[in-house]
Parts: sequence; C-alpha cells; structure tokens
Amino acid sequence: MLDRTNAWQGEYILEVDNITKEFPGVKALDGVQLRIRPGTVHALMGENGAGKSTLMKIIAGVYTPDGGEVRFAGQPLNVRTPLDALNSGIAMIHQELNLMNWMTVAENIWIRREPLNRLGLVDHGRMRQMTADLLGRLNIRLDPDQQVSELTVAQKQMVEIAKAVSYNSDVLIMDEPTSAITEAEVEHLFQIIRDLKSRGIGIVYITHKMNELFEIADEFTVFRDGKYVGTHASADVTRDDIIRMMVGREITDMFPKVDCPIGDTVLEVRNLTLPGVFDDVSFHVRAGEILGIAGLVGSKRSNVAEAIFGVHPAPIGDILIDGRHVRITCPSDAMAHGMAFLTEDRKETGCFLILDCLENIQSALITRNHVKNGFIDRKTITAKAEEMARKLRVKTPSLHETVENLSGGNQQKLLIARWLLTEPRILILDEPTRGIDVGAKSEIHRLITNLAAQGVAVIMISSEMPEVLGMSDRIMVMHEGHVSGFLDRAEADQVKIMSLAAK
Amino acid sequence: MSDASMATPQRRHRPMMAELNILLVLVGICLTFEILGWITQGQSFLGNWQRLSIMILQVSVVGIIAIGVTQVIISGGIDLSSGSIVGATAMISMSLAQAAGYERAVYPDLTGLPVIIPVAVGLLFGLICGMINGALIAYTKIPPFIATLGMMVTARGFAKWYTKGQPISFPSDGFAAIGRGMMPVFIFLAVSLIFHIALRYTRYGKFTYAIGANPQAARVSGINVERQLVRIYAIAGLLSALAGIVVAARGLTAQAGMGTMYELDAIAMAVIGGVSLTGGRGSILGTMIGMVIFGVIISGFTFLRLDAYYQEMIKGVIIVAAVVADVYRQKKRKKV
Repeated sequence: MLDRTNAWQGEYILEVDNITKEFPGVKALDGVQLRIRPGTVHALMGENGAGKSTLMKIIAGVYTPDGGEVRFAGQPLNVRTPLDALNSGIAMIHQELNLMNWMTVAENIWIRREPLNRLGLVDHGRMRQMTADLLGRLNIRLDPDQQVSELTVAQKQMVEIAKAVSYNSDVLIMDEPTSAITEAEVEHLFQIIRDLKSRGIGIVYITHKMNELFEIADEFTVFRDGKYVGTHASADVTRDDIIRMMVGREITDMFPKVDCPIGDTVLEVRNLTLPGVFDDVSFHVRAGEILGIAGLVGSKRSNVAEAIFGVHPAPIGDILIDGRHVRITCPSDAMAHGMAFLTEDRKETGCFLILDCLENIQSALITRNHVKNGFIDRKTITAKAEEMARKLRVKTPSLHETVENLSGGNQQKLLIARWLLTEPRILILDEPTRGIDVGAKSEIHRLITNLAAQGVAVIMISSEMPEVLGMSDRIMVMHEGHVSGFLDRAEADQVKIMSLAAK
Repeated sequence: MSDASMATPQRRHRPMMAELNILLVLVGICLTFEILGWITQGQSFLGNWQRLSIMILQVSVVGIIAIGVTQVIISGGIDLSSGSIVGATAMISMSLAQAAGYERAVYPDLTGLPVIIPVAVGLLFGLICGMINGALIAYTKIPPFIATLGMMVTARGFAKWYTKGQPISFPSDGFAAIGRGMMPVFIFLAVSLIFHIALRYTRYGKFTYAIGANPQAARVSGINVERQLVRIYAIAGLLSALAGIVVAARGLTAQAGMGTMYELDAIAMAVIGGVSLTGGRGSILGTMIGMVIFGVIISGFTFLRLDAYYQEMIKGVIIVAAVVADVYRQKKRKKV
C-alpha cells in the first residue's frame, strides 16, 4: 500500500494497458486501456457485455488476464488472487452482494483482519468499537452486532461500502454500487465518495445511470463490445455524446423483418407488480406483432417475463388474454393459455444438456398431450419432433445426438422447436440470439418474423440494440423495474432507447 | 462527518437464540420422559444419577466426532468418513498399545510402548485422512459427499486388511486408562471447550463460518479458502481418530467394524443442535445440546422399555424433523 504522507507524484495511480481476456467462445476484453488519476472518480461506461465488470475483476484479482499489463503507482502489478489486490491497495465493491449472511456487520467488515488480543483471540469488543468508529465516520447507522441476514438490501450495500472503505486502499473499484439503493442512500454514498476523493483515493465507478455520471465523475471511459472507445473529462461532453460512444455501431441490414398485418390484442398486462423487483408494468401485445423489450442489466425485464409465464408469479396486477382475466400461478397454467417462454439462459433453464435432441424437443409437449394410459405415444410425437427439427433446420448428425454436443445456435433452435410444437399463440423470447453465431442468428430472426406473420404475438427481450430495432414493431424500454417508455418502429433509434434505458 | 446521535452501541446481542431454543427442546423432552416415567414405570427418569452418567458416557465418543463434523458442516460440507476413521484408528492404536510381553501381539517386538506412541500414531493417521479429504475437496473441487464417501470405504477396508479381520486385544494399562470411568466424558468436554473457543474467538473460526456462509465472499475478502478447507477436514479427521482411540481403550479391544454408522449419529447430533446443512450457521454449544438430546432420547426409550427397533425408527424421524425445523426457521427469518 502507498504511504500517503509521502504521496506518489505520478499522474496516474492505476494504468491498464492492452488487457485481453477470452472466455470460451467470447472475447470479453480486446486490448482495453484505462487510466485512473489519484483523487478522482473515473466512471467506466458501456452497454451490457461491454467488458466493464470483467476488467474490474481482473484488477481485483478475481480473474487473470490473458494478456496486457496493469501498473499501480508506476510499477507493474501482478495480481493473482483477491488477497494480492487488497495487499497492493486495491479494494472492490462487487456488483453481486458479497457478504456473509449469519455473520454480524462487524465480522463481515473485518474478516481476515480481526483485531486480536494478547492471547491471539479475536477481540470482539475492539472489533465492535472499530466498526462503530468506521460506521460513524461514514455516517452509516447500523448496529455492528446485527446479523447481515437481517439487513435490507440497501443496508447490506452500505456494509459493503464500509467494508471496502475500511481497507484504506489507494484505488477503490465500485461496480454498480447504487443498483440496490434508494435516492437518499445514493446521496449518502456520494458524500462518502467525495470524502474519499479529497483524501487522494482513485475511484473507478461503474454505473448505468447517466445522472450519476455527471454528478460524481470527473472523467469517464467508454468500452464497447470488449474494446476501448475513448476517455474524456465529463465536463467536456453531453449525455448524448456518451450514449453515441456506447452504442456507436452501424445497424446492418440483416433483419428480414417483414411487415405483416397486426390483429387484436392477445395479451394484456395491467399494473403488474412484484414488490421489490418490478413495479406497475403495463403493456399489451397484438396478434402478429413483435414487441421488443429493451433495457440494461437490472431493468428486470426477465423477471416480468417470468411473472407472466408463472415461474415467479407477481402478486399484484392483472393478466388478460383475449380481454379475459386469467390467473397464472405456474408455467403449466401459462401453457394452457397458449403461452411459450424461451428462457434467457439456454444452458441453465433451457436445455436438458445430457439428453438427446428428441427428448429435448418433446419435453414441453408431453406435459400436455400424446400420453395414453400413462404411456407416451412415441410414434406420433417423434414424427412431429422430426418434422419440426427439419423445418427449423437444426443441424445435428441425428436427433439422438446429445444436446451438449450441439452448437449454441442449434441448441437454441431445438428450444424454439420445443415451444413451437405446443402451437403457442403468445411467444415470449428472452435473449433469443445471445451467444450464437451470425448465420444462426439471422435464421432465428427469420423464424420469429414468420411466426408473427402467422399471427403469433411475440414478446422479445433483447440486450442487442440492432436486434431490438431491427425486429420489433414496438419497443418497450425498462429501467430498474419500471417501464420508462414505448417507442414505435418508425421513431425508435439507439440513442432514444439508451436515453430511456439509462436514466 | 460526525453525528451526535451516533453513540457507540454497547448492546451485545450475539444470537444465542438458536441455542436457547434447542435447550428448551431438551428440557421439553426430559420433562416428557419424566412424566411418562412416573405414569408407566412409577419412577423418576431424571432422578437417577447412574442412568444419566451412563447416558452421557454413551454419547461422548460420538460427541467427540460431532465436534469435528460441526465445523465441517458449518463450512458447508459433510464428512462421511468419521466412523471408518474410528475403526482404522482403533486398529492402528491398539496394535501399538499391546501390553508388554503379550506373545500373540500384532507386533511382538513393539509391545509395552509408552502410551504416547499409539496415541500419537493414531492421531496422525486421522489427521492425514482428514487432510486427504480436505485437499480433494479444496483442490479437485469434487463434492465433499463423494470425497468423504471414498475415504469412508477406503478407511474401512484398511481397518479390515490391517489384521485380516482379526480383532486386537490386551492393551497396556496406560492405554486402557484413556477409556476408563468417566474419562471419555472429560475428553469430550476438553475437546468441546477448545473448539468452542476456536470457532468463536479465532480467525480459524471466523473463516469457517465465512466459507460456509458465502465462499465467493470469503475469497474476495482475501481468505485462502482452499487452505482453510484442508484445515477443517484435517481437524475432523483428527477428532475421529481421537474417538477411535477412546473406543478401543474403553473396549480393551479393537475390531475393524468399530465406529460403523458413527458418522451419521455425529451428523444427526450436529443437525439436532441447530447446525445448518447449508453452511454458515451452528455452534459447538448447539451440537453439545444436540448430543444430549440424542442421548436422552435413546436412554429415555430404554427406560420406557421401548423395543430397540422402535428406537431406531424414531431416531430417524427425529433427524428429519430437526432439518425440517431448520428449513422452517430459515424461511421465517427471510420474511422478516
């Protein structure tokens, strides 16, 4: 750690150069750079998947980079574990809450650094005093002896902040520290940040919220698709400049969207609320229409989809199908009303990876039909599955191939095949083309368009701006559990969506 | 940034609630047996010192194991190898503890050794078994269930192979003293005290809870999670070995089958005592109470002349009930 009385005189406390990190199938970071001055707040901006969190985890020792260099106070820094990072003077508030439930606030903050008495035993009295001092200095009102499991999410976030501050580090990384807290607490956090700034600490601040950026950040850097875009002083630019830097790609003409006649409203959602998750969500989707849902991480789009499909039903609000109220308490209710739901995570909640294609396609169908006297009518169901697989052009040596061995795109087609066999009237797609190659992507897009043309009402959640713009008839934008606006196909563009998504 | 109303909290409400609840359950069970005793047997259940001391003696050996298992479960793991380590250690220690001049000794040249040798070798054996468990879990990332299941089968096999199934008898007087009288109870109490302090007042303890509560958080807090896991399982192995030595010394003989099913009884004591199988919660004090509940139930059923078969069945029900109670408690807390 730096001796701050003998402040280091260089311009940058932390320099990141040419960092590259690859995960299986994805280049998360491609030669990015970042320069942090001591005593400033540097915001790191970018769309979902731009690589911000990945870089921060590299600096904090959670991931190891494939290439590039990190310099701390001018010296090359070789961080292999989180402990190395902490010892070098870099602390991080992680995006996911990283606290130990069932332990007290004090135990959480001082873990691994507990004050010991002469016998080498933990001195709980002093630890409590240290915690009270720290919390007092930060003006956080919490009882050091309270169990973290009893705290609210916002209080937990404050404990995380206090813990990060307690390391007395020279660089403090905050990954979306305000995602779980209210306005008042945000202001409180900003006070803490200003105090840290005045003490010469360099702060890296990741946020999706534009307002915060202008209130707290001195400089910002933008990443896009794992690449460095640029660094500017926040005083020199406008909100629209930043949004343009974040989205800044051309929309290619790869979407085979055809205009098809739009019919009556099939699904209507009124004031749907799941307390603490999303609030007062209302929208409708008509036959033959594709409703795109855009938003950033934490906008709770998937939670809304899960609520409608009955995975986690929302207690408040109404769901109407063909104008009639329906009660959906579990997915089979939703399926009975003609809904189908392609989940966001193909591997976790979609495929049965170790089963074969046939079984994967059939699974939704056999819950409803083709069962006689407790036995499955294999002949019919297999014929149907084969036909559907052929129609969707699933590429596999045979339908008896284990799904694990298929490419992401083909797995996705199988899942779509599964749902199409149920002949849905309402199709909810959550990130239908995430992580699949361009060819398969456009095939899936064509498929979605064809379904709409046949009169299916489609809801498509997507984090890919071009996809949302290219495919949707209408776009609903969400921001932190609220609907922040609707855009028609004609008026929608990237900047408008981003301004609604990143309030 | 200061605030006048920000007084230093002196309140110390480390949650003893869980232990208190379990203690109440124990009191309830004791009173039930007391009442049933007067009704059906015409005598007191608690008012019989001899019965109570036999009861404690019976559960103390498994109690020693339960102290180690408690720490394993708090860290979010499980240890199925304890009973087998008891058997293997009993064999090894007894083979080195045979009385001077005993002709049919396993090692005729190594009879009449000082007590410290069989004890040290036995403990070392358990420590190594535990370290292997811990290293497998920490570094190969296989589930604790599998790693310790492997050790359970292997150690039992080793115990049988050691003398090709023959029991080992005639320990020296010094060795036999380890199991004599109330000695096992004292050993249990000493072990409990040590690990009560270790879990509550040392970094070893804090790390154990931290890993069980949130391994990712433990890691980003700079804890060497792998090394800590090896330590926890090593201690569990060591305590199983200690139990093995006590069992052999008390029985004056060692058999390869010793300690069979002890691992499950030890897990049951911990679970009854409020140690959460999802990790992060529990205490030595809770396990001690759990152990007594376990003992009281067995002793109580015997006292009521309930058939041994019923006893086992009811034991099973109680274990499941304890876990159900834990799940229920957890749910209730989440709602707060």
